[in-house]
Amino acid sequence: MASMEISQRMKTDKLTPVILPLLKKKPRVGEKIIQIFLFLSGAISILTTLGIVFELGKESLLFFSSPEVNIFSFFTTTTWQPSIGKFGVLPLVNSTLMTTTFAMLIALPLGLAAAIYLSEYASARARSILKPILEILAGVPTVVYGYFALNFMTPLLRGILGENNVQIYNTLSAGLVMGIMILPLVSSMSEDALSAVPRSLREAAYGLGATRFETAIKIIVPAALSGIIAAFIIGISRAIGETMIVAVAAGSGPAFTFNPLKGAETMTGYIARISGGDLAYDTPDYNSIFAIGLLLFSITLILNIISRRLVAKYREVYE
Amino acid sequence: MNSNPYGDAFESSQRKAILSQRHRTGKIWQVFFLSSTVIGLIALVALLLTVLDKSFSYVVIEYKVDPATLANKPLVELSNAELVNLLETNLSKNRFRTLDRANTLTTRSHEDLLNLVYENVVEPRALASYSMSQWIFDNPRIRAEVADKYPQAKLEFRAWISGSFLIDPLSGNPLQAGVRTALLGSLYLILITIVVAFPVGVGSAIYLEEYADKTKWYNRIIQTNIDNLAGVPSIVYGIIGLAIFVRTLAPLTSGAFFGNEDGNGRTILSAGLTMALLILPVLIINSQEAIRAVPNSLRQASYGLGGTKWQTIWNHVLPYALPGILTGTILAISRAIGETAPLIIVGAATFITSDPTGPFSKFTALPIQIYNWTTRPQEVYRNIAAAAILILMITLLSLNATAILLRNRFSRRHA
Repeated sequence: MASMEISQRMKTDKLTPVILPLLKKKPRVGEKIIQIFLFLSGAISILTTLGIVFELGKESLLFFSSPEVNIFSFFTTTTWQPSIGKFGVLPLVNSTLMTTTFAMLIALPLGLAAAIYLSEYASARARSILKPILEILAGVPTVVYGYFALNFMTPLLRGILGENNVQIYNTLSAGLVMGIMILPLVSSMSEDALSAVPRSLREAAYGLGATRFETAIKIIVPAALSGIIAAFIIGISRAIGETMIVAVAAGSGPAFTFNPLKGAETMTGYIARISGGDLAYDTPDYNSIFAIGLLLFSITLILNIISRRLVAKYREVYE
Repeated sequence: MNSNPYGDAFESSQRKAILSQRHRTGKIWQVFFLSSTVIGLIALVALLLTVLDKSFSYVVIEYKVDPATLANKPLVELSNAELVNLLETNLSKNRFRTLDRANTLTTRSHEDLLNLVYENVVEPRALASYSMSQWIFDNPRIRAEVADKYPQAKLEFRAWISGSFLIDPLSGNPLQAGVRTALLGSLYLILITIVVAFPVGVGSAIYLEEYADKTKWYNRIIQTNIDNLAGVPSIVYGIIGLAIFVRTLAPLTSGAFFGNEDGNGRTILSAGLTMALLILPVLIINSQEAIRAVPNSLRQASYGLGGTKWQTIWNHVLPYALPGILTGTILAISRAIGETAPLIIVGAATFITSDPTGPFSKFTALPIQIYNWTTRPQEVYRNIAAAAILILMITLLSLNATAILLRNRFSRRHA
């Protein structure tokens, strides 16, 4: 109806002042309400972050203000025994660093090599078989990797290095399996970075007589370096936050040791063990998981931000 | 210019040598690159073999009363009356009366009676267990060991993954344990997670892609924030779930607000909400990608016909993006199904034999059971853990296969 009215009046220019108000946007209440709901959905993520920062901060403050805890000795002493009031986080941090190091020794070189193979060497057919397999590996739940570490990697290590030298729970086995878990992540992110390098660069290198290997190593990898480093950093961050593998295979009970064949509890392993069962609120144990959680959150957040910056940077170069 | 043919020949032969050297280096590295990829493949095969190997085993079982001596045919084939009779003759009068009073024996189901006979009369105990590989490669030693150590016991083959494993409730005796309680717990948990995370996640994605003005600082903060949340370790979500849902919102999540007596917030609801928070960032990012892939011409056509913004989104953008959104959601959910750490923190019970009845029940979940059984020292628990892992992996693989099918259909239709 309204449109017919408009088209009739359009014929005479004199009536333009009548048309204009008709063309004005109608206020639509329903649309506004939907938009507000959608905005609130988006805002939930902000609330989540605020919740994380607030709760971790609040409980950590309670933890550090309790008389038994001293923030200086928290970061410098090497005994973690809440039952006798010793809160030195270093043993936990140390074993987290150890498992992360072993994981990276596996995941970084192998992940990058797999990425180079998939991006520079593999035929379309080989890639269509190998990539889904790596994706399956990435989708295996971490608790299953824990089982794998305890029932495959540890017996394997004990077979190679001797039953007496390797404890049933040890950081080496957990770290190696963690490396296998992170390998697909590193390889798929690195492969994205390698494939993003323009074809012209490869062709220029081939034109100058470079072999495929020389092109890959001297041209493509340096060009994709920031993306590759970003993948490495995400891998490290994942390793630090990984819980189930270390909870199952790295041993329970904090120990300050540099021996990878012995058991030692990591930060995440400690949190998982302490909170299994009914943990009473407002005890030093309860508060301590928040302090360690805050440490974990800060480390991974910083690593993720650095990685994101690097990815953004390499996107700028080739777009 | 080229007056010295000998020099040229020398140069070219030298160049050839260098060239073949360069190609050789390339070949060696190519082998390294390929084998790195293959290592991933080998790891996957080793993982699956380990799990399969442990799901089948030879168990050394000791019976208090050998089931073969109880009746002249297998216990399963006995009628209800015969089973009750068995119970009466083999149990003390008091014990029999207690059982009868709890639930009149003659009216119980066959399955129930059979369980009673096993628990009270036969009382099987697993003393040791040998996985298939051990059995095959170490057979004579195992037979000798069993004969020497457990002369009274019987050696039986057992497939741990079976129909009854799927439908039996948890039990303190690994020989009778099943995963029904844990499966139902996981199911409830995932339902709550989907109901909460799907509308909020898709809503956020629509807001960010269709409404948000990217030049506004608050919209940029929301986007950056979501990207960062995706990298937060799952255990941190568990800690937050513990502080917010389990503790602060206990009146709500424990059901006390709705007249539930037990004021403990360690319920399926708390766990489901925690899990929803955990998968939200991934769900949002995946849905955003699906919405971004919708061609702009579709929107413009709708606007051109006088559609409002929401009509355009609801009738054109969402239907087009739906397969992509569903694929992303399935992938996010399959992550939630295998996630263990946050459930431990928000306090999933490890031993609970009653099925969950609603959002306010205590619960256990499949990955929690796997964790719990894996950490027990006895070999039989490794066997049931392996069987549970198989169930979990089959669930995840079929979910992922669905996602891939959806993605293929989607790309064929719009390519």
